[in-house]
Amino acid sequence: MNKISTFDVARIRQDFPGLNQTVWNCPLIYFDSAASAQKPQCVIDEIGNYYELYTSNIHRGAHRLSEIATAKYHDARAYVAKFLQIADAGQVVFTRNTTEAINLVTHCLGKIYFKAGDEIILTAMEHHANIVPWYLLSKEKNLTIKVAPIFDDGSLDLEGLMALFNEKTKFFAVAHASNVLGTINPIKKLVALARSYGVPTLIDGAQGVHHVPLDLKAVDPDFYCFSGHKAYGPSGIGVLYGKSTWLDRFPPYQGGGDMIEKVSFSDITFLEAPRKFEAGTPNIEGALGLKKALEYIDGIGLHKIHEYEKSLHDYALGHLHEMKRVRIVGSAEEKVSLLSFVIDGVHPHDVSTIFDRHGIAIRAGHLCAEPLMARLGVTALSRASLAFYNTYEEIDRFVSTFKQVFEVFKL
Amino acid sequence: MNDILDLYQELIVDHSRSPKNFGELLVKSHYARGHNQLCGDIIDLDILVKDETVDAVAFHGDGCAISKASASLMTESIKGKTLAEVRHLFEAFHQMLTSDDAQASLGKLDVLKGVRQFPIRVKCATLCWHTLNAALTRKTERVTTE
Repeated sequence: MNKISTFDVARIRQDFPGLNQTVWNCPLIYFDSAASAQKPQCVIDEIGNYYELYTSNIHRGAHRLSEIATAKYHDARAYVAKFLQIADAGQVVFTRNTTEAINLVTHCLGKIYFKAGDEIILTAMEHHANIVPWYLLSKEKNLTIKVAPIFDDGSLDLEGLMALFNEKTKFFAVAHASNVLGTINPIKKLVALARSYGVPTLIDGAQGVHHVPLDLKAVDPDFYCFSGHKAYGPSGIGVLYGKSTWLDRFPPYQGGGDMIEKVSFSDITFLEAPRKFEAGTPNIEGALGLKKALEYIDGIGLHKIHEYEKSLHDYALGHLHEMKRVRIVGSAEEKVSLLSFVIDGVHPHDVSTIFDRHGIAIRAGHLCAEPLMARLGVTALSRASLAFYNTYEEIDRFVSTFKQVFEVFKL
Repeated sequence: MNDILDLYQELIVDHSRSPKNFGELLVKSHYARGHNQLCGDIIDLDILVKDETVDAVAFHGDGCAISKASASLMTESIKGKTLAEVRHLFEAFHQMLTSDDAQASLGKLDVLKGVRQFPIRVKCATLCWHTLNAALTRKTERVTTE
């Protein structure tokens, strides 16, 4: 396995104050970025700047601070559009997170699109965020959910997926990358496949947008969503990209201030998308911080990030493969930099407690993907998720900590 | 790092690997299922109460070492006890894991004292006890530690 020496990770780590601390008297090793990533100083500063310098509401008040905040909020939306490589910032709706973005879509589709008996296709590797909203909708509208199978290595079974499409199929929703298996799905191909059956597609980009170079115009899905906090930005801010043909037809998601054109008690007209979907004062500082996070990613470059993270992943995988008692879950060809694993005879919760006492943060549990756990035949997993601020040395320390797990549990 | 060894004492590891009273009771008077949302641990607890006394108890389910060992030790410690004694033990055990006050020894259960240093794991150790409480009071068939 070749280490990449040209990636200046030492320099990058200086930008992330959260990495520079000790946990239980050990230098922190943060291997839980897939749950929520550390923030660069520029994101933290931007949020502070908003509070210190231009706290005000947007879209109202003809005063200087509101003017600045409003402009910055619109700049943030424009930057998201640029980051996703789409031409029209009007297709970018700010939400709280990926979950809210998907709920917005299911809510609105329920009002204008689905009828009883329609079928929706999901995949076996979806996060609860891309299952539960569809489940709720299916109960409300009498829809059927079909589940595309995966292979044992964690990749999507394309033939199995194709076999599910029929004249009743009305929607397809799929993860860009799996938060458990790491699998990067061939989204361009999947969108085209669904479209060949006349079926629109939503992509849950929560685990993909900040790891994989993406040209959304080329992928051309109907919807794409992601969360700020996993992409080195603030929590409480997320993005829904939607094709204008959908957003224009959608009714409002929530009602309130900031989304209306004219209001009386008997008649209300609404603003156009995206503001039609942003009722009330939005997460202004979240949008501003998200822009900084995406700028930071662009500053390094997603191609470089992807290449370095892949080498970290392969380096860690090589070491874990040498341990007989460790079973890796998810070994698709194309993966983001996360490793889920099971240690025979040790519960993941106990594994993460031991790692935690060594200052190493990893995730344990069902990872918000219970149907996938059932498919894999496990109740819980451990997961180490890596980001571009992690190092080969951290992986060495992570790998050597397995020894204590084996010792404590007499393996 | 040494408190790892306080937590995972040999007795705990042994009980988690070979739990006592693991299985189901053919004849039971009380039952409840406990569920720890955080990690997905599930415990099914069967109890046979005769004359206000725990005559037999068994558990099964899937969980971490702490929750399994705690359930195993709990079943050992309540068998033959009156319901009043069991309630008292539940409170004393809960206090041992959550309060600083020095407590009288709870016998074998003392081995779980180390869990106090791991606040997020306290729920693992108390899941079986909450389940027991629910089974005996028949509050609900399904318990969570939330």
